Amino acid sequence: MSQVSQLVLACEKQLGSCQLALDLDLPMHGVVGLFGLSGAGKTSVINLIAGLVKPDSGRIEFNQKVFVDRQQRRWLPPEQRRIGYVFQDARLFPHYTVQKNLVYGHKTTADSEQKIAKVVQLLGIEALLQRYPNELSGGEKQRVAIGRSLLSEPELLLMDEPLASLDEPRKQELMPYLKALSQQFKLPIILVSHNLNEVLQLVDYLVLMADGKVLQHGPLEQVWNSEPMRPWLGEREQSVLLKAKVAKVADNHGMLPLALDNEASEPALCLWSSGHQLPAEQEVLVKIRAGDVALSRVRPTATSMRNVLPVTLIEFEEQDQQVEWRLAVGQQQIKARITSWAQQEMQLRPGEQVFALIKAINLIGVAK
Amino acid sequence: MLLTELESQALLLSLKVAGVAVIASLPFGLLVAWLLSRYQFWGKRLLDSLVHLPLVLPPVVTGYLLLVSLSPQSPLGSWLQTHLGLSFAFSWRGAALAAAVVAFPLMVRSLRLAFDHVDPKLEQAARTLGAGPVKVFFTITLPLIYPGLLAGVVLAFARSLGEFGATITFVANIPQETQTLPLAMYSFIETPGQEFAAARLCILAVVLALSALFFSEWLLRREQTKREVAA
Repeated sequence: MSQVSQLVLACEKQLGSCQLALDLDLPMHGVVGLFGLSGAGKTSVINLIAGLVKPDSGRIEFNQKVFVDRQQRRWLPPEQRRIGYVFQDARLFPHYTVQKNLVYGHKTTADSEQKIAKVVQLLGIEALLQRYPNELSGGEKQRVAIGRSLLSEPELLLMDEPLASLDEPRKQELMPYLKALSQQFKLPIILVSHNLNEVLQLVDYLVLMADGKVLQHGPLEQVWNSEPMRPWLGEREQSVLLKAKVAKVADNHGMLPLALDNEASEPALCLWSSGHQLPAEQEVLVKIRAGDVALSRVRPTATSMRNVLPVTLIEFEEQDQQVEWRLAVGQQQIKARITSWAQQEMQLRPGEQVFALIKAINLIGVAK
Repeated sequence: MLLTELESQALLLSLKVAGVAVIASLPFGLLVAWLLSRYQFWGKRLLDSLVHLPLVLPPVVTGYLLLVSLSPQSPLGSWLQTHLGLSFAFSWRGAALAAAVVAFPLMVRSLRLAFDHVDPKLEQAARTLGAGPVKVFFTITLPLIYPGLLAGVVLAFARSLGEFGATITFVANIPQETQTLPLAMYSFIETPGQEFAAARLCILAVVLALSALFFSEWLLRREQTKREVAA
């Protein structure tokens, strides 16, 4: 295990009419997502970290290294922070070839050639090395920009919507590279995004922002399931993320068993997924939409549905002919959306033990 | 020889004066253009006007001002003479200074435009890659303003070659010292029976100006093909 690095952001910055006020202490491992609408101040946060913007007051520290402290009048210029920055618009140097762009920030050492080869291979840019940036497509530019940042050997990588300017096929092309980055280079990443799908696929730890303030932050599944996240998911798309572990079951019928109770060998609570093969013990996140969960007083026996879990009703909320129940599944919670009619007929009450029938589950990336 | 003794002397002197004027004023031109392009500061408009003054003043006025402020009798002139051993009066150095002053606004305008076109975002990107301000200037900014720099240098060089009014006012018309091509031509025109010599100098001046232009075009094109050749 590499030691967990730490980012302290305790500063203010006036941005036009919006006051950015941060008081964050972020554990830096894996991918930290900064999520919110445009204008929420996400890019300003990473500009502050990179040193491209000075805070009006407060301080920023990374791994006990003071980047800026306005009280003590300390300021570390961007070139001394060892921060990589992948900009939304790539910002390759037009007068250098791809090769020269890649090594611009690279300090030559004995194993430079291997390092460069590794990055070039990971990003699939061998064929581009002798070209100039104006001959590259958007996706290629972004890959070169990522490689250029990596080769400057940063201790933290900042990415400002690296996929936003790309069309859908290019996004799909780049996504696997981004996923591989943090793991292969053991490099903490802060990813700015306003795309839920991107967040789900890439992020381990989520910071939810609005109007220059942090609404919520924590591990992805915690923030995803929290109240401030609701408006972003949309009323019809309410869902929860569950932590699960790939279980080892003797007869798995060709499906993937996912233990919800951390018992990989003999899970009491188990979901079944098809179409994936993952090694046992691997931790994953499972997304379950509230609309895909039905409730039943008795355990249905003759049914094609495989995912039936015993749950405890916690509380419900009623809005336009729909009732949304929160249910306890072991230590975790899911949501079920049923009609008001069904609620009236069944007379469900908090504390009751019922069964949740889950029509569809969604495996999210591969976590941590 | 194609050229007479006097013609080649005037030509070489012109090249020396214009060359020294451009090379010596280039660092100042870069600095002033950089300041005007990138920073807001008190007195910016004043500096801008001051730089442009030689462009709008009659050259004879510029020459007169140089003469008044830099003659050995003036405080500044005598200070330069005693402390730096530098004298401009009636020497080719004075001609170079006059040329530099008159060409300065053209150089600065061109450089400033070039700086305006360099995206500061590229410089920021370089900073995040570990490059300090000096490295950023020499590896990013300077290469990116190259076409504008070239244009500015050629423009200033051409303007220096053609300098007449400020030069003759400031350092007079002394053969082999301050008699550049335009001043030599002026002398021939003034002298009855030398029309042919004047015409020869006229052709020389045209050839010189065109050569400078073609040279800069060639440099620019070479730079462009260097970037395209990799395609």
